[in-house]
Amino acid sequence: MKQLSTRHLIGIKNISEDDIQLIFETADNFKEVINRPIKKVPSLRDITVANLFFESSTRTRVSFELAERRLSADIVNFTASSSSVSKGETLLDTVNNILAMKVDMVVMRHPAPGACVFLSKHIPANIVNAGDGTHEHPTQALLDAYSIREKLGDVAGKKVAIIGDILHSRVALSNVFCLLKLGAKVRVCGPPTLIPKHYAELGVEVSHDVRESLRWCDVANVLRIQLERQDIKYFPSLREYHQFFGINREMLDGLDKEIVVMHPGPINRGVELTSDVADSRQSIILQQVENGVAVRMAVLYLLAAQRT
Amino acid sequence: MNTAGKNLLHSERFGLTIERLCHQLIEDWGDFSDACVVGIQPRGVPLSDRIHERLQVLTGNPRIEYGRLDITFYRDDFRMHDTPLAPHPNEMDFIVTNKKVLLVDDVLYTGRTIQAALAALQHYGRPQMIELLVLVDRRFNRHLPIQADYTGLVVDALDEAYVKVHWKEVHGADEILFFEKRQA
Repeated sequence: MKQLSTRHLIGIKNISEDDIQLIFETADNFKEVINRPIKKVPSLRDITVANLFFESSTRTRVSFELAERRLSADIVNFTASSSSVSKGETLLDTVNNILAMKVDMVVMRHPAPGACVFLSKHIPANIVNAGDGTHEHPTQALLDAYSIREKLGDVAGKKVAIIGDILHSRVALSNVFCLLKLGAKVRVCGPPTLIPKHYAELGVEVSHDVRESLRWCDVANVLRIQLERQDIKYFPSLREYHQFFGINREMLDGLDKEIVVMHPGPINRGVELTSDVADSRQSIILQQVENGVAVRMAVLYLLAAQRT
Repeated sequence: MNTAGKNLLHSERFGLTIERLCHQLIEDWGDFSDACVVGIQPRGVPLSDRIHERLQVLTGNPRIEYGRLDITFYRDDFRMHDTPLAPHPNEMDFIVTNKKVLLVDDVLYTGRTIQAALAALQHYGRPQMIELLVLVDRRFNRHLPIQADYTGLVVDALDEAYVKVHWKEVHGADEILFFEKRQA
């Protein structure tokens, strides 16, 4: 069997298309596992995984934890708010202390971009990035692309519009890398203040017209406005944002084709999506969550398999 | 295809052996109403396909349950290989509770595959009993106390030897090949 070209999953930028396809093929098998009456296999029974969450998370943390448990790994959970980080310990010290307790893999979410790269240079464990600041969120991009592949048969050649707060979104950056590697056409859409200029250099189209982007695309991946990362005003008000960039039922009904609606969560209902769009049959938001467990199982399995 | 290997069993006798195994089973089991056949992915499946098909014909029961079990995630040699173990499709859409299970594989060697298959089967309920059918039994190289109930051919060979089963639908001919040394 092929193997991953990397020991860590830091970002989609530094893995290959073959790596992504291998993860998808393996995830197909794990998707079957998580739909069995007993959703558990013993593959990682001798592996200990530390989940280090220095930033809040619901979906990603639960999804990783379920993936680890369904592979029979031992788990240590750690959240920054209840730890010695609040007493002034450095990241490296925290992690080294945890590793001294014989941990094989680290799943980490951190507010600083590049935190996982830094860690991978200093510790021997496999590292999986569960989101580092505004940099990358590789497993989210993988499960998004996997969900498109599942829904539409293939990712290559499909037109995907990523709509919303591109500037603060690690999901957007990882999605762009992943979709381009798989041969999709990608467009980002949002207010000019929320789209960084360098995106045009990544090989994606840039648009500020959400209606036109919906007409163009096969898949709309809609992102949340990340108010917690915005220290200045990027647009006048959420109400105005919704009027110009929010997606509602009437806009989808006005299209001459049925597009797929995705959202990485958490949704701000009534801002980027109305409820009748989020809960419509065009939306695959909950399938994304289900696929997240299978894709994360595949990533953990393939990384753990490299250890000797 | 058959360049270096010695042919231990070729197509006519190969078919007879499978036929004999089916008749042995019918003689022992009699009733197949609560029976199921489970082939181990990937190499046990061509054999289990044939056994299942012949059993349905010979017993006149067209509804013998049939599954193809992938044991990759249950193996104990995870991470002892150069590359990850590749999983295969797992097709088990029934529960084995209170059923007689016929586990099918091509070659019984160390017994570790069967151990993994028994662990995997536990996830599908508590069977009434499990019996093992293999086409080839390499009986001198066992690592575990596991024996086959139905055997096509017994091969006594040194550890470095290698036995490979070829299938008409996959390799173009039904044959059991014997190699003095494992091929690269």
